[in-house]
Amino acid sequence: MKNQCCLFFVLAFHGLIAQSEMTVSEVAPGIYVHFGQHQLPDKVNHGAVANIGFIVGDTCVAVIDSGGNPDQGYALKAAIKRITDKPVCYVINTHVHPDHIYGNIAFKEKGVKFIGHKKLARAMSARGNYYIAKAAEQLDLKLTAAHIIPPDRLVKNHLAIDLGGRRLILTAQPTAHSDNDLTVFDKKTDTLWLSDLLFLDHLPVIDGSLKGWLEVMQKLQKQKFTTVIPGHGAVVTDWPNGLTAQKTYLQVLLTEIREMIVKGRFLEEAIEQVGYSEKDKWQLFDQFHKRNVTTAFAELEWE
Amino acid sequence: MNIYLQKITLLLLLISPLLVSAAIDESSWKNAIKKQYYAGKTIQESNDIIEIKAPYRAEAPALVPLKIISKIAQTKNRYIKKIVVFVDKNPFPFVGEFEFTPESGKADLAMRIRVNTYSYVRAIAEMNDGKLYMSKKIVKASGGCSAPLGADLDAAMKRLGQMKFKLGNAVKEGKPAMAQLLISHPNITGMQMDQVTRFIKKSHFVDQLKVTFDDKPVLTAKIDIAISSDPNFRFYFMPKKGGVLKAEFTDVFCETPTSRDVCTKGKSYSSSYMIKP
Ligand SMILES: [Zn+2]
Repeated sequence: MKNQCCLFFVLAFHGLIAQSEMTVSEVAPGIYVHFGQHQLPDKVNHGAVANIGFIVGDTCVAVIDSGGNPDQGYALKAAIKRITDKPVCYVINTHVHPDHIYGNIAFKEKGVKFIGHKKLARAMSARGNYYIAKAAEQLDLKLTAAHIIPPDRLVKNHLAIDLGGRRLILTAQPTAHSDNDLTVFDKKTDTLWLSDLLFLDHLPVIDGSLKGWLEVMQKLQKQKFTTVIPGHGAVVTDWPNGLTAQKTYLQVLLTEIREMIVKGRFLEEAIEQVGYSEKDKWQLFDQFHKRNVTTAFAELEWE
Repeated sequence: MNIYLQKITLLLLLISPLLVSAAIDESSWKNAIKKQYYAGKTIQESNDIIEIKAPYRAEAPALVPLKIISKIAQTKNRYIKKIVVFVDKNPFPFVGEFEFTPESGKADLAMRIRVNTYSYVRAIAEMNDGKLYMSKKIVKASGGCSAPLGADLDAAMKRLGQMKFKLGNAVKEGKPAMAQLLISHPNITGMQMDQVTRFIKKSHFVDQLKVTFDDKPVLTAKIDIAISSDPNFRFYFMPKKGGVLKAEFTDVFCETPTSRDVCTKGKSYSSSYMIKP
């Protein structure tokens, strides 16, 4: 009980910070990130836990993930205004998870196009009602269908958008962290915004395909980038080294779950036995690991 | 309630969120589910006939491992005829109805279910003499970002209809043997948002499942959207010498996720597994 109280005050303190003026860091020229804290989305932080931000061009601004609640979206909008007087022309949602899309409503106005992976609208449709119920129950947020804003433009494979003297290449990735992961590459600064395809310190969360994710990583690992922005964790400037921890964790899951399946062991046993050698390396391990094993086990049973 | 009691209640509410959360309400069971499925019947709460096992914290709400353990042997004279499972607070609480015979060997069951929120999960056993026994357990579905669907709908869609049997290595004549049946089916809930419905139109799920050994029923089930995508069941059967374990299932399309009034039949699938003597 004592520990829970302390935890509560720590979280409350973070919550207050989130509500005041949003801090953003310029991680590369014209690329600004607000770094989220490694916390479980709850009634204190109201879901504001992910890295979100924006890229400024000569004519307009692209928001990349709008935040974990409408207020965070408005705070991001205010942060953009403090840095540039250029208007927002795009909101890019890197995937369907609430901590990345619940600020969308703050940017819903004429002249702003919402962009997402070709499967994003379907994911929003399938999860929308559930997400709204969970927002009330777990995040203390009163949301309606109007807060689930589907993309105006869907990315099938690649899409180039121009912010004025700055081209962003958006790529629809195969099923990995989720089934609707979209990455953003800024040619000008050689920066890749990976969002939740990369977690640092915060345990990676599988809501798509373990094998798919490892394949996407394999591909990205061979490429060179000056700067890589994860969905949770600090900016990476030594690519591909920043990928190592996540790759190890996912590889351990793959190897150990396959072994369990071959031995005819059940899901419940795998949940208790697989991957615990990784426990001390990650924050939020207790909150997400069992769920990862569950999702991956169900996938690997069918290979 | 007098004022003194009200004050005590208020005090309890204020000081002890733990106590409050432990006392989760059973109104949907009492006011709706029981009336609909067991009107006028007496159900004894007991873990002596069957006991339900599920994790208190459901890590992945789309895929909660649920086990029902039977405490009595299936004999000709006394056996569990049927087990019905409900999740009180799911949009469609009925999970499934599973029929057993003395030939089932053991009326144990394991499956994977969807649990939408903090809720009781309950299993009611009906004996061959008609007596009813209920075991219940609270499950807290956590994790707001993974909805209770499957993670990869397209992968499940591609292999729809495939089935696999897995048998424990100790299949002995005359002893109940465990079998695991894996069915590939997305089991779409149809719980989509009305604003964007062009993607997923209807509930589409496995509704009937029948497992036989040498043409004798082992497990007969009527199931619904609360079964996770890629339905997965473990059950027992009595492997005489050799024989054929056969699974057949059908799926169905329903107009809305919460009513079974307007549904159209889907397809039938079947798969057999030879057990050598
Ligand atoms: Zn995510």
